[in-house]
Amino acid sequence: MNLTAVKSIYVFEMARFFRTLTQSLISPVLSTSLYFVVFGAAIGSRIQEVEGVSYGAFIVPGLIMLSVMTQATSNASFGIYFPKFIGTIYELLSAPVNFLEITMGYVGAAATKAMFIGLIILGTAYFFVDLQIAHPIAMLAFLTLTCISFALLGFIIGIWAGNFEQLQLIPLLVITPLVFLGGSFYSITMLPPVWQTITLFNPVVYLISGFRWAFFGTADVGIGVSLAAIALFTGICLAVIWWIFRTGWRIRE
Amino acid sequence: MPSIVTVQNLRKAYAGGFEALKGVSLDIEEGEILALLGPNGAGKTTLISTICGITVPTSGSITVGGHDTQTSFRAARDLIGLVPQEINLEPFETVFNTVRFSRGLFGKPRNDAYVEDILKQLSLDDKKDSKIMMLSGGMKRRVLIAKALSHEPRVLFLDEPTAGVDVELRKDMWEVVARLKASGVTIILTTHYIEEAEAIADRVGVINKGEILLVQDKADLMAQMGQKQLQIALSDPISEIPNALNSYALERSDDGLHLTYSYDTTGERTGITTLLNDLQASGLQMKDIQTKQSSLEDIFVGLVKEQA
Repeated sequence: MNLTAVKSIYVFEMARFFRTLTQSLISPVLSTSLYFVVFGAAIGSRIQEVEGVSYGAFIVPGLIMLSVMTQATSNASFGIYFPKFIGTIYELLSAPVNFLEITMGYVGAAATKAMFIGLIILGTAYFFVDLQIAHPIAMLAFLTLTCISFALLGFIIGIWAGNFEQLQLIPLLVITPLVFLGGSFYSITMLPPVWQTITLFNPVVYLISGFRWAFFGTADVGIGVSLAAIALFTGICLAVIWWIFRTGWRIRE
Repeated sequence: MPSIVTVQNLRKAYAGGFEALKGVSLDIEEGEILALLGPNGAGKTTLISTICGITVPTSGSITVGGHDTQTSFRAARDLIGLVPQEINLEPFETVFNTVRFSRGLFGKPRNDAYVEDILKQLSLDDKKDSKIMMLSGGMKRRVLIAKALSHEPRVLFLDEPTAGVDVELRKDMWEVVARLKASGVTIILTTHYIEEAEAIADRVGVINKGEILLVQDKADLMAQMGQKQLQIALSDPISEIPNALNSYALERSDDGLHLTYSYDTTGERTGITTLLNDLQASGLQMKDIQTKQSSLEDIFVGLVKEQA
């Protein structure tokens, strides 16, 4: 294992993040604050409680997940698309590194950035709502797993994308709707029974539910199911990436 | 000299059916400078990319330092540095960080002093903290070379290192190449500037349409295929060549002031002495004489034409 290479890729990618630190942080903090103002204060004041939690606090895990999933995906997809776009990918392909090392470097950096933003949003939330975290370690574990799995997905998108439009397409058309419809701002028990069943096909439901359990101890689906879902999702992404590097699809063409 | 890179029967066919390499075999000797000459689209870059691991071969085998590039790719790639044809660099990063990144990517432990030294050799030391987007084209090309050298490779591939580079920088590059050769690095460069191959290569390979037409010692090649010409300038124009000189197959210039004699440098007798004696005997006044060796370019154009 060429760990020096993994570290080099990681450090190089993190440098990109720190070069644009202000933009990277201001935007999630601002959008989170807006969500709290609109959903928490304006609308939330008319909603009593959801599953025994004030509405303002209830949406915190969903808000964090929303940002973390989109950030992890877009960071990782941009991270690997950019070398393809400017041509520096030749160096990765001619270096003594294998697919796992390249993936670890890029996905690790993208996941770290997303994690960073997730924690910043959590910090911002403390200014708006009274928040207790029931299972802090489980919360961090879920956050980490989500960052990694969506960074893996982003990595695949970045390799697949042939232009900047395609790079935006999947996050816009797939991830944002799934996250919004995945119970970020509501409990799925609030839906009519038919919709509850349909919602169970949305993988994001399991992630948000598990994450929310770590905060409040209540969940839409069992915590074991949540963990299994995220493990399955991560496994599928890894398998796809392994196949991509094995066949050279979109990289060595 | 033992060979450090061995290519055997290498084929590369692209999805569309285009065969970029049609069974290339090539031995590159340790410590030499090999120039690969060929017109655009000859397969030079595909050959290099395949040796470096960027392109997957359709069939055939490659070893670098005895390591197969497919089965023991790490050991093989450790030895290789690649300077690509296009200027592919991260525009927002500094020169120093970019070069350090390359070293790390090849698994070498951090050594800032070594990186600084490379930058100094390439006259980049005063630019080390500049962002790459601020550099001129020639400077960027130096950064590419610095990156390729950052992990102390034994074999360096330079894919058209002087394409679009001004004369001064080209001379600088040749000096860098000479220094690398002196330190024992094997260098393979592709070019379509024949004078470049003539100036710095030990051996020359000619590639066209995915096939290696020849690989030969540069001096041998030029001696073997080289025709020399003796040009004689006359004091007074002549309207026709005197009969006494008929056996020499001389060419008379239109103005009648020059005679050209072609001879083979490898022949036992070049016939120059007798020609000069006979010229004097026939009463012609010689003003000047000069010899001209056919260049690699003539040889190259001849070979490529022959194949077409």
